[in-house]
Amino acid sequence: MTVDAAAQRSTGRPSGGKAGGMMPGGAQAALHRVGGWLRANLFSSPSNTILTLVVVALAAVSLPPFFEWAVAKATIAGTTKSACTGDGACWTFIKVRFPLFFYGHYPPEETWRVNLAGLLLVAFSIPVIRETTRRRGRWLILLLTLYPVLAGILLIGGIPGLPFVDTSQWGGLMLDVLIAFLVVEGALPLGILLALGRRSRLPIIRLVSTGFIELWRGVPLLTVISMSAIMVPLFLPEGFSIDRLVRALIALILFNAAYMAETIRGGLQGVPAGQEEAAYSLGLGWWKVQAFVTVPQAIRNVLPGIVNNIVDLFKDTTLVTIIGLSDLLGTVMQALKDPAWLGLAKEGYVFAMVAFFICCFVMSTYARRVERRLTRHRH
Amino acid sequence: MIGRPSPRAQRGQWIFLAALVVVGWLLVTMLGENLDRRHMSFGFGFLEKPAHFDIPFHLLSWTPFDTYGKALIVSFLNTLLVAAMSVVTATVLGVLVGIMRLSVNWLVRNLALAFIEFVRNTPQLIQIVFWYFAVLQALPSPRQSLVFPGGILLNIRGLYVPDLIMTAHGSLLAWIALLLLVATPFAWRLPLGGARVGAKALILPVIAIGLFLAGVDKVDVPEMKGFNIAGGTQVPPELAALWAGLSIYSAAFIAEIVRGSIEAIPKGQSEAARSLGLKGSHRLFLIVLPQALRIMVPQMTSQYLNIIKSSTLGAVVAYPEVFQIFAGTVMNQSGKEVETILVVMAIFLSISLLTSAFMNWYNRRVAMVGGR
Repeated sequence: MTVDAAAQRSTGRPSGGKAGGMMPGGAQAALHRVGGWLRANLFSSPSNTILTLVVVALAAVSLPPFFEWAVAKATIAGTTKSACTGDGACWTFIKVRFPLFFYGHYPPEETWRVNLAGLLLVAFSIPVIRETTRRRGRWLILLLTLYPVLAGILLIGGIPGLPFVDTSQWGGLMLDVLIAFLVVEGALPLGILLALGRRSRLPIIRLVSTGFIELWRGVPLLTVISMSAIMVPLFLPEGFSIDRLVRALIALILFNAAYMAETIRGGLQGVPAGQEEAAYSLGLGWWKVQAFVTVPQAIRNVLPGIVNNIVDLFKDTTLVTIIGLSDLLGTVMQALKDPAWLGLAKEGYVFAMVAFFICCFVMSTYARRVERRLTRHRH
Repeated sequence: MIGRPSPRAQRGQWIFLAALVVVGWLLVTMLGENLDRRHMSFGFGFLEKPAHFDIPFHLLSWTPFDTYGKALIVSFLNTLLVAAMSVVTATVLGVLVGIMRLSVNWLVRNLALAFIEFVRNTPQLIQIVFWYFAVLQALPSPRQSLVFPGGILLNIRGLYVPDLIMTAHGSLLAWIALLLLVATPFAWRLPLGGARVGAKALILPVIAIGLFLAGVDKVDVPEMKGFNIAGGTQVPPELAALWAGLSIYSAAFIAEIVRGSIEAIPKGQSEAARSLGLKGSHRLFLIVLPQALRIMVPQMTSQYLNIIKSSTLGAVVAYPEVFQIFAGTVMNQSGKEVETILVVMAIFLSISLLTSAFMNWYNRRVAMVGGR
């Protein structure tokens, strides 16, 4: 935000005064306003002035070396480590390894399929995200049913024109997004059922749901993932084997369903009892009342919370690195062990952090906007 | 949900229970068959067998001839250590950033916001790995240690801090000091001639500090001697990285909790205090914070639980905490895959359940009278 724009916001009036003719006066008024903004926001009292000076001093000490490392003395040209001669960051490493970080070991000539699946995801998500769309619920159902089928055909292939790609070749950021999507796909319905179960009047259903939720919320995700990696094969009949990715998915779905359930339960509590009573009096049965009256309203009420859950589970997908899947963090760690590119840990991890930051920041900003709109409506 | 559940629903839940039992029974038989086929057996006898491996960092004494059971205790103490350290630093940092977020100073406010947004929107695992591989492993050798004020040294072998050597009665005095500290908040509420003891209780921590200092014989400052560092206490880089990762990540969440709870206190409270003539810091510490604390406590507890649970991420930097040692090394050596993972999960689950039971009790006690 420019200083002027902020001044405008703080005074609540458009800056610049009347247009044309009165330039000197307008400029002076603008200057006055800038001065006023500075005084109100940075120099309102002696202690405030000291704080401002401390922050400015801190920035003066820390920002130039960082800028030098990241930009001024950094290298991005070339294709080998020998190209990095400066003292700064070696972004060449990121540039050369970018396909690995993004697609994992997906065959290079087939990566267009990943791009297309990503584009489709955006296309299917837009109507769900836009607040003006009519019948957003139906679009959400399309996103959760039709899209995975299309993306599955695209990514796995095995039909004429689309050669088969094994899941072990999936990796990089694409794998994180994919895991996150599939976990939402599984955890959202399961979470809804668990939330309804925990509010049920049937004691057995309530007990089982509550126990399930508290069990997963009480243990670290890492133990769940490793339990699933080790124990799922032990629970299967002889001869059955199950993909490592699927085992990680089972763990993530069970774990996140418990958290989703608690968020959705909060939403269910916010639906006025009259809604349910009215629906029953129309003669609808329990399942229909929940599916068409209670749950849709609950989900709308806690949409920000659900999006925040999705941000959390997206960040948690990095844990699959520990059981040996190569998601973004996994591929970065592999690439850093390459003898030709040693000593670039800072570059690698900064890149991974920034990639995740962009994705998560977009989602949390959206969640906050929805939340502001919801609270406005309620008041 | 009108009236009682229908008879059909009542029957349905019994059918559901029966199905659960059948599925559970199938799984357990399958597990038994699979274990038999692999010539494995279920049982906890292995806990008494010698471990034959080293735990590089331990608070209790440890030799490779100790048992697996002792390895569990030693590694669990390591988990508690890093969690306790992180709870303290995360709280201090989080409260600071949370208050910065409410500052009237634009720069301070937005600096805090930038910190919170960046930290909350990047995975904790990458942050821990970053601290370990990109920061601590890139530090200079002990000879070129970074020197910080207060005799603190930082190099590739870890963080060296001054050690306090206590006199013969020092540890006794330290325990009394700790008791006094714990007693302070209780003393605060004791009645005293019609009123409460209140701020007069602050004399207790002062006495505690005095007692503690009286017990200190000398301060052992780490120093470079030959090729190594002598004196002081070493914080291994694995612990330091995990500590930094847990503290900074949770601090961002705690900051938001602090901000949210302070903002939740009606403006009228602060305005009424102003009209009574209380000045800024008094308004914050006497009127706003005590009320905000009640809103904060449950959320802070769940953050602290998150810290304990996230300490398992230390496995990725090989910090010897309970997951890495027991569900890692012990599992691989003894082949007791099911038992070890169940033990670790049971430990964390009981911590969580005990804490929430305690919190429910506490919440009932401090809930505002006639409040929400």
